[in-house]
Amino acid sequence: MSANTHSHRLLPPAAILRQAVLLVTGALILVPFVWMVSLSIKPPGEIFRTSFSFWPAQFYGVENYTRALTQAPLPRYMGNGLIVCAMILALQIFVCAPCAYALAKLRFPGRDLLFGMVLIGLLLPHQVLSLPLFILAYQLGILNTYAALIFPYVVSPFGIFLFRQFFKTIPDDVVHAARLDGLSEIAIVWKIMVPMALPAVIAFSIFSVVGHWNDLFWPLIAVRDQSLMPPPLGIMAFKNEEAGNDYGPLMAASTLVVVPLVIAFLAAQRWFVEGLTGGAVK
Amino acid sequence: MSEPLALSGAPDEPSPTRGVRTFPTAAASLGRRRAFTEAMAAWTLAGPAVCFLLVLFFLPVIGVFVIALTDWQFGARTLSFVGLANFREVFADDGFRTSLLNTVIYVLIVVPGTLIPGLLIALLIESGKSCRSFYRAIHFLPFMATLTAMAIAWEALLHPTIGLVNQTLAAIGLPTANWLRDENTALPVLAVIGVWQNLGYAMVLFLAGLKSIPQDLYDAADVDGADLWLDQLRTVTLPMLGPVSMFIVIVIALRAFEAFDTIQILTQGGPGHASEVLLYTLYRESFVYLRTGYGAAVAVVFLAIVVTLTLVQARLMDRKVHYQ
Repeated sequence: MSANTHSHRLLPPAAILRQAVLLVTGALILVPFVWMVSLSIKPPGEIFRTSFSFWPAQFYGVENYTRALTQAPLPRYMGNGLIVCAMILALQIFVCAPCAYALAKLRFPGRDLLFGMVLIGLLLPHQVLSLPLFILAYQLGILNTYAALIFPYVVSPFGIFLFRQFFKTIPDDVVHAARLDGLSEIAIVWKIMVPMALPAVIAFSIFSVVGHWNDLFWPLIAVRDQSLMPPPLGIMAFKNEEAGNDYGPLMAASTLVVVPLVIAFLAAQRWFVEGLTGGAVK
Repeated sequence: MSEPLALSGAPDEPSPTRGVRTFPTAAASLGRRRAFTEAMAAWTLAGPAVCFLLVLFFLPVIGVFVIALTDWQFGARTLSFVGLANFREVFADDGFRTSLLNTVIYVLIVVPGTLIPGLLIALLIESGKSCRSFYRAIHFLPFMATLTAMAIAWEALLHPTIGLVNQTLAAIGLPTANWLRDENTALPVLAVIGVWQNLGYAMVLFLAGLKSIPQDLYDAADVDGADLWLDQLRTVTLPMLGPVSMFIVIVIALRAFEAFDTIQILTQGGPGHASEVLLYTLYRESFVYLRTGYGAAVAVVFLAIVVTLTLVQARLMDRKVHYQ
């Protein structure tokens, strides 16, 4: 923070130049978003007429969004995304927090080995594991179910790592005091450590939900039924059905898939940046 | 799934159990018992995570190597070791060599294309006080927006006749192209989308790096007469960003190696093999063509690249810690 005091020396022309450059780059970054929203409110005739205008001559948003919501089972896709993300996050916190507490606060034989396993897990890209995980899901008979979408992510090495780092900063005295109060170790995890590590929990939640809401690779492998598809896979199916000709409803559907995360991001920008870069910065 | 744990709540009460009684001194036995209770509690707490790590990470990794070294096909009941035959097949295959080369080209475009603008934007944002979080938000937006949906928006932008890109180029008299269907432009255009997506991420990492530069250094530079912003940039900011920059190079390279969504939505590796990259090859061979051994061998090559990069990154992280 303090490193910024050197910056007050910007002269007015330089300050204006700064704003101008950033506005231009920002506008360029936003072009795909703006174009997507623009096409989502245009009638087919206007989409296929070349024009630079953002706002349509004839507002067609109601028709496009209605078709996106009814023709493709978009509410179903979004519901699937919500269920899958919520289940994954709940299971991850449930599995990772106790393990992280053991690694951070307890002494036991094999602790270094366990932490080594977590670090190796961090190293492995999930796509490499997809073939054996697919076979495992097939053997378990859970392909093409919600369980198939959820099970590979039940444990998150990053979650264990992040919680462990945070738990380590909580003084040992807190743990001792809780033990004297008669709390069991598992009660210490859920009643003391997790509430005290709320910033880490929020950061991890954002990391997990954004990652799994946006994931296309694994759902593409794990499910076939439209009724089970999360938003990215669903919107891909919608695109293939429409053969790319009916841009209006397709852009409306894309907008609806992107909007929840964008709104959440704008509302809690600092948390998002921390959650999505935390692993890299720390 | 969870049984409530009744462990170790009271390690201070000396209620002797089997085995403990034989120890000579009470203190030693208490210590041992406490250590044992703590170890039991720890392994019980970590138990579910350990099981899932073994089943969902370690078993599959071993599985990939086993499949890559055998002739096993999906659904087959028997398998026999074929050594490196799958790898020989993969590396002899023109399709795979093209894919590997495309991936390298993609990464070589995305990394500098992301890093240089990312650094410049971060410097510009930090150089003033106004609207910082506004600019940061705008530039970071593509990183968290669903890439599948945004790829569809990009397809509309790049449409040969009604796309904004070609309309703009035509309006200012520049040549247009069928960007995603031309084998000379498909891969670079996908790389541009990769840059667009990762730029904000690099920017945020650079912003964190800039914030960690101690103010003393700027004060010292002032004393030495480097009081212009550009002088300070040259003498303090850029040298101090060195280690962070190396780290960001690897982070972005890793993300570029894992490019998949845009290829799946926009080109499916085409035209021909012009935009086929490693992860797309892995997906198609394993799950569309069901060439299990080939797919596993590609996965092993992909893993080797990613692990190498990550280990280099870990070394850099260590160095960074020592600097501070």
